[in-house]
Amino acid sequence: MTSLYDEVQAPPAEGVPTRRVTIKVNGADRTVDVEPRLLLAHLLRQGLKLTGTHSGCDSSNCGACVILFDGRPIKSCTMLAVQADGHSLETVEGLASASELHPIQEGFKEEHGLQCGFCTPGMMLAAKALLEVNDDPTEDEIRWALSGNLCRCTGYQNIVKSVLWAAKKMRAEAN
Amino acid sequence: MALDEIKIGGLGASRRRVEDNRFIRGKGNYVDDIVLPGMLHMELLRSPLAHARIKSIDVSKAYEIPGVRLVLTGEMMAARNLAWMPTLSYDTQAVLATDKVRFQGQEVAAVIADDPYIAKDACQAIVVEYEQLPAIVNPFQAMESDSVVIRDDKENQPGNKIFDWEIGDKAATDKAFAEADVVSKMELHYPRSHPSPMETCGSIADFNRATGKLTVYMTSQAPHIVRAAVAMVAELPEHMIRIVSPDLGGGFGNKVPIYPGYVVAILASILTEVPVKWIEDKTGNLISTGFGRDVYLQGEMALRKDGKMLGMRMKTISDHGAFYADAQPSKFKIGLMHSAFAAYDLPAAHLESVGYYTNKAPGGVAYRCSFRVTEAMFFQERMVHAAANDLGMDQAEFRRMNLVKDDMFPYRTAFGFLTDSGQYGKCLDIGMKAIGYDTYKAEQAEARSRGKLLGIGISTMTEPLGAGNSREYDILGIKMFDSAELRVHMTGKAILRTGAMNQGQGHQTTWAQIVAHELGIPADDVTVEEGDTDTAPFGMGTYASRSTPVAGAAVAMVARKIRAKARKIAAHLLEVSEEDIEWELGRFYVRSNKERGVTIQDCALAAYSNMPDGMEPGLENNAYYDPPNLTWPFAAYFVKVEVDAETGVWDVLKVVAVDDCGVRINPMIVEAQIMGGLTEAYAMASMQYQTYDDQGNMIGANYMDYLLPTAWETPGFELHEVVTPCPHHPIGAKGVGECATVAGPAAFVNAVVDALGHLGVRNIDMPMMPNRVYEALTTGKDISGMPPVMMGD
Repeated sequence: MTSLYDEVQAPPAEGVPTRRVTIKVNGADRTVDVEPRLLLAHLLRQGLKLTGTHSGCDSSNCGACVILFDGRPIKSCTMLAVQADGHSLETVEGLASASELHPIQEGFKEEHGLQCGFCTPGMMLAAKALLEVNDDPTEDEIRWALSGNLCRCTGYQNIVKSVLWAAKKMRAEAN
Repeated sequence: MALDEIKIGGLGASRRRVEDNRFIRGKGNYVDDIVLPGMLHMELLRSPLAHARIKSIDVSKAYEIPGVRLVLTGEMMAARNLAWMPTLSYDTQAVLATDKVRFQGQEVAAVIADDPYIAKDACQAIVVEYEQLPAIVNPFQAMESDSVVIRDDKENQPGNKIFDWEIGDKAATDKAFAEADVVSKMELHYPRSHPSPMETCGSIADFNRATGKLTVYMTSQAPHIVRAAVAMVAELPEHMIRIVSPDLGGGFGNKVPIYPGYVVAILASILTEVPVKWIEDKTGNLISTGFGRDVYLQGEMALRKDGKMLGMRMKTISDHGAFYADAQPSKFKIGLMHSAFAAYDLPAAHLESVGYYTNKAPGGVAYRCSFRVTEAMFFQERMVHAAANDLGMDQAEFRRMNLVKDDMFPYRTAFGFLTDSGQYGKCLDIGMKAIGYDTYKAEQAEARSRGKLLGIGISTMTEPLGAGNSREYDILGIKMFDSAELRVHMTGKAILRTGAMNQGQGHQTTWAQIVAHELGIPADDVTVEEGDTDTAPFGMGTYASRSTPVAGAAVAMVARKIRAKARKIAAHLLEVSEEDIEWELGRFYVRSNKERGVTIQDCALAAYSNMPDGMEPGLENNAYYDPPNLTWPFAAYFVKVEVDAETGVWDVLKVVAVDDCGVRINPMIVEAQIMGGLTEAYAMASMQYQTYDDQGNMIGANYMDYLLPTAWETPGFELHEVVTPCPHHPIGAKGVGECATVAGPAAFVNAVVDALGHLGVRNIDMPMMPNRVYEALTTGKDISGMPPVMMGD
């Protein structure tokens, strides 16, 4: 919705196509006009101001841009925004409720699963996807599930512990 | 009653990190997250060729694309005297190329446009006509080539040699070799590697024409150095420049230098009068910014037949790329390479170093190490491994015999460093026990009988962390001290600022713990800020593991100044003389009556409401700390591997790390730093390297070619601790962030070479990829140099 104070945007330059898409992001429908070539990560970061999703390598290798797409972890730097039309996304901003952190967020803090923090949103979302299908993963299962996400600071050991911490808490809460 | 230091988050508390609260919510503030009103976007056009003369640049097609606001070329930079800039090693570097391009990925032009997609489109529309020149891709070609001179822009630069440098006592070393029973040799290459933080470099330059002030948000590990450099290069008054480093997504040395993109963005903002954002892509980062290593090392050790080390000759030949842009103390041409063998009682040593230009990316940054210490310690531990084998001695016993003993400190090394503390033998013992060293020889023999190849690698070292002191260490003449400023508010809460710059180390958490230790103010009551040159005191930034040794010391010292003033206030409040006052954590009391006391918070309130007559109000101060010496942590790493004889694949069975970094402020954070460093050591040993083909095309310019270990490959780590406090640091701490990256690689290589030792293999250069290990184990020959480049069609 346009606020009273928004400057009227110039129409797209001649020959630049746009397409209207509606995407559910963290539970709310967002409707935007995008160039078909716009990458989903850029729509989230620049268009929707959800800067928790990071752009790391632009080539699907590092996983800093991982979000959940209809519940599945995907790399948003190599998906087009138009491909998300009609789908439901979850980003790091959707993890915590207003009053409390998600157990995965707590786990990362408790077990010191992050240092510079750049890979953390992608790591946490990949971990969430794992815990949704496997509530009691082994260390190897966690390492495999996170192997699409690179971290340069931690050496992964504390990330694994963070996910184990979260899994334990989520199991306790489920019972 | 004194406070419980752990409860208030003081020294030794594994306090959970303050900065995590924003990062786990996706609320970090990295440079690309910052949006300024009216901001334009910049993209760089890079050279596809390693060495070529620029014949012409046509930007007209770029301007035809709607949304393009400005295109900058070298010629336009030159018109403003900005085509070249100084490097951190007293050389010059092209900002945008004018005459030639000298490495693949060099910055040639810049487009400033309404959005980054348009800027990228317009870069593709710029037409550059090149005349290709032969590329020099290693220092051996550089030393042979008289006809191809890379730096023909420089006067008095006949060939491609940058420096020829030596240190040590040549005569004493020659004498040691004359008296030696055994001479052992080692020759190896430490491949080019890239720090590759997850976040690339970037900046937003915001020049405000109305106020004349330039604000630059940028990925810098050393914002104050940038301010000084911008003042010099751009000829802007220093007080009108504000550099702000926001959250950094990792640094590891990559974000110390000043890169062309920053300079071009500044000029673009001055010309367009709106903020200009430049965010490097991953390839841009890997192909053009500060790399580490790329040094050929050779040497020989003089030994007595009982195993005593007598002397060491070392030679390095280093590849610096097209511009000598090493970030290092200016006195030393090859960083602190001469810290090699500092842990050993070595009577004589001599080092010769030669550096060359090549048509490769410039940089030579200290990638998670204190100025070439990684190369020094890697060579040291590979040399020690070979020497023990040549003598037929056990690896651990050879080290034990030659390591500096506890009662020998302070110890002057053969190259002139002064090491001051440590318990090297104790660290070795702990590591041997943890890895199961006493049963290992039998285990190895038994495994070999089943065709399995087991190996244990040891790496022991002390390294110089925490530059200065300022007598010996400076960068571009600026002395390497650091600073802290502490303001205690009237309710006893406080704000602390330092000249260091966090990039994941957790300064917001640990600096507050030092304040808690010194003043008894709970760490939760202390805000920590860094990175904004308008508010932070002048400091040299964070690299070379110098934050805790230098800025951390300044934090302790400023807190002590605050305590000294608070003591006077306490005497006033308690109506006794200052001499009758005692301190316990968080509280002053009357010596004769411990019940009568005032807290630090009482003193803070009084500093604003009830100060003694004649006392200046307020409770704040600053401290500039110039350390008397470097700090010397010790590390003993043990790696156990099993090599598959049929494929050359090697699996890490166990990693044991024993670290003595003195007093640990936050053990949780220290341990995590060590694990991160061990992972980078494993990375370099196993897969992570950059190389170039003979045309100068970089192999390793994206994450499909430049392999970083994931959670799947990375081994687990077992950590042990020894504490020998640093004798000169106010809280006894030593640097630690880099120990594992520095000492780690040799432990992995020594392990694989040990597994293959019975086959006659003496050396396998990193990266130890399975095909290289396989070749070594099937031929019994050493593997040297870079893996061959596989060229596609």
